[in-house]
Amino acid sequence: MFLIPNAVVRFFHRMASPPHFYAFTDKVMPWLIIIFVLLTGFGLYGGLYLAPADYQQGDSYRIIYIHVPSAWMSLFIYMVMAISGAIGLVWRIKLAEIVAISSAPIGASFTFIALFTGSLWGKPMWGTWWVWDARLTSELILLFLYLGVIGLYGAIDDKRVASKAVAILALVGVVNIPIIHYSVEWWNTLHQGPTVTKMDKPSIHISMLIPLLLMALSFKFYYLIALIQRIRIELLQRERNAQWVKTKVLEQN
Amino acid sequence: MSLFYAFLAIIKRDLLLAVRRRTEIANPLLFFILVITLFPLGIGAQPHLLQAIAPGIIWVSALLAAMLSLDSLFRSDFDDGSLEQILLSPYPTSILVLAKIIAHWLVTGLPLLIVAPLLAVFLGMPTQSLGVLLLTLLLGTPVLSLIGAIGVALTVGLRRGGMILSLLVLPLYVPVLIFAGNAVEMAGSGLPVDAQINILISMLCLSLVLAPWPTAAALKMSVN
Amino acid sequence: MKNNIISRLQGQDLSCVRDDRILFEALNFELNVGQVLLLEGENGSGKTSLLRILCGFREPDAGQVLWCDNAINDSQYYDDMAYVGHLDGVKKELTVLENLKVSLALGQSGHYSIPQALAKVQLTNFDDALVQSLSAGQKRRLSLARLLITKKTLWILDEPFTSLDKQGISLIESLMTEHCKAGGMIILTSHHDIALPNVDVQRILLS
Repeated sequence: MFLIPNAVVRFFHRMASPPHFYAFTDKVMPWLIIIFVLLTGFGLYGGLYLAPADYQQGDSYRIIYIHVPSAWMSLFIYMVMAISGAIGLVWRIKLAEIVAISSAPIGASFTFIALFTGSLWGKPMWGTWWVWDARLTSELILLFLYLGVIGLYGAIDDKRVASKAVAILALVGVVNIPIIHYSVEWWNTLHQGPTVTKMDKPSIHISMLIPLLLMALSFKFYYLIALIQRIRIELLQRERNAQWVKTKVLEQN
Repeated sequence: MSLFYAFLAIIKRDLLLAVRRRTEIANPLLFFILVITLFPLGIGAQPHLLQAIAPGIIWVSALLAAMLSLDSLFRSDFDDGSLEQILLSPYPTSILVLAKIIAHWLVTGLPLLIVAPLLAVFLGMPTQSLGVLLLTLLLGTPVLSLIGAIGVALTVGLRRGGMILSLLVLPLYVPVLIFAGNAVEMAGSGLPVDAQINILISMLCLSLVLAPWPTAAALKMSVN
Repeated sequence: MKNNIISRLQGQDLSCVRDDRILFEALNFELNVGQVLLLEGENGSGKTSLLRILCGFREPDAGQVLWCDNAINDSQYYDDMAYVGHLDGVKKELTVLENLKVSLALGQSGHYSIPQALAKVQLTNFDDALVQSLSAGQKRRLSLARLLITKKTLWILDEPFTSLDKQGISLIESLMTEHCKAGGMIILTSHHDIALPNVDVQRILLS
C-alpha cells in the first residue's frame, strides 16, 4: 500500500462511502456522457464513412467497429468483476461488491452483442450463421459464465450473501477463462484445420485502426456510464433505510 | 498429525455413510449407462457412426453423471447440521472439504471406470483406445468432482439449486471434456496422446490445490 | 483452556439487520470464565442470529466479536468453542459411537472419554444403536455429549432444552454448572427458566 500516494488512498476511501459516491457521480455524469457521445460520433464517422472499404470483404467488414470492441469489453468486464469481487471479499468494501454484481449484466450484454455481430459477419464470410470457430465458441462459454453469475445472484435472497457468492464464482471463472480459451483454441485447430481467422491480416490500415480504437474507448465510457447508473440504483435499494437516502428523496420531491 | 487423523475420519465417515445408503453409489452409475444406451436409439445403430462419436458420448455422459451426483456431496450434511460442525472445527476447512470430495469421488466417480469398458463395447470402440479411456476417466473425473464441489458449495443453501448448479458447473467442465474426449479419439486412430494426458494431469494437480479454497469459502457463505 | 491467557468473550457494538428489520443494535456484552450468558426474547427477536454471529457463520452488520481480545476469525477461537444448534449435527445412518468418534477427530480430546460422556448423558447402552432409532430427546443428549468429549472453553447452545424431559433438563443444568465451575463459559438461548445455583448468570433481553 505504501506505493500508492496518500491522496489516492483518501479518494478511494471516500468513494467507498455511498453518500459520497452518490454525490460525486452526480457531478461527473454529464461529463462522461459528453465524452461518450463525442467518441462514438468520431468513431462511427471514421469507421463507417472515412475508412476505405476492404478489398476482399467490401463494406461488410465494417461490423468490426461493433464486434471487436464488444468482444474486448466482454473479457475486460469479467476481469473488472473478478477484481472488484476479490476486493469486496478481502477488504469487505460494500461498493466493490456492488461494482462486481452491477458489471455482470453489462458484460453479458456485450458478450451477446459480440456473438450476435460475429454471427452476422459470419454469414457473408462463411456463408452460414454459425461456425464452431474458436473465438465464437469461447465467447459463447463466456456468456454462460456471465449467465451463471447473474443466475446465482438472483437465486440467493440475502443480497449480502449473494454478493459474496458472486465474488467467489467470478474469481473461479477468471482462473478458468484462460484455460477454457486455450483448450477451445486447441480443439479448434485440431478439428477444423486452419480456419479463416478474422484478424489474420497482420497490419490493419491506420485509417481503419483509429476509428476502431476510438470505438473501443467509447465502449469503455459507455460501460462506465451504465455501471454508475446501476450502482446508484443498487445503492439506493440497499441503503433504503439510511438517512442519506431519505434526505436525497426529500430533496428531489 | 491430528489434522491427518481428522482428514481420514471424514473420509471414513463418508464412505461408511455411502455403504449404508447404497443407492447413492448406484444412481449416477445407472444414469451413466442409461444415457449411453439412449444414443444408439436416438441416432440409429450404424456401427461406424457410433464408433466415431463414442469418445464424445462417453465423456459427455460422464460429465452429466458427475454433475447429477454432486448434489449429494454436501446436501445431507447441510440438512442435519454436520456441515456447521465441520466448519467450526479448528482444522482448516479446505482440507476437511478435500476429504469429503475425495470420499465422494471414490463413491460416485470411481464406479464409472468399472462400467466404462462395457459401454465402450456397446458403442464398438476400438480396443486399443480402451486403456486411454480408463486413464482419462481416472484423471478427469476427480477434476469434475473438485470443480463441481465449488458449484454445490455455492448453491447448497438454495431450495432450487439444481438448475443453477448446471449453469455454474458445466462451462467450467469444458476443458476436461475437450482434452479427455480428444485423447480417446486420438488413441482410437493409434496416435500418441501424451500431450492430452499431461494436460489432464496438470489440470488434476491444479484443481486439487486450488478448488478446496473457494469451496470452503462458499460453504461458510452458504451456512451464513 | 490455556493457563497463560484468561479467556474472555466480548461483543462490541453488535448490530444485525434482517430483511430491513433491525433485530438488535449497539449490543455490548462481556463474558468471563465461569459465567453464563442467557439470551432471552420472543421468537424472531434475533437470538439465533446473535448466536450465529458469535459462531462466525454470519457477519454482524456493525461491530465485532472478540475472543481474548482478538477478532474471532483470526484467533484460536475455534479451538476453544463448541456450538450445538437447532440441528443436532449427527448423522442418522451412523451409530452413536461412530458419530462421537468423528466429533472427537474434529477436535481435541477433553475431560471425558466417550464411554464416560455417554454415561454422563445416560446413553450408556446405546453406543451401537443407529442414531435414527433414538428419540428426539436422546438425540439431543447425544449432541450434548459431544461437548463433553472435546476440550472446549466456550459452549454456545441454541435452545438446549428442547425435547428434553424434566430429568433431562436437570441433567443438562448440572453439566452446565460443572462446566462453569471448571473454568468454562456458556452462552445459551432458552424459553425455559434455567436453574443454575451458584453460577453467575447474565441476561440479555432482545426485543
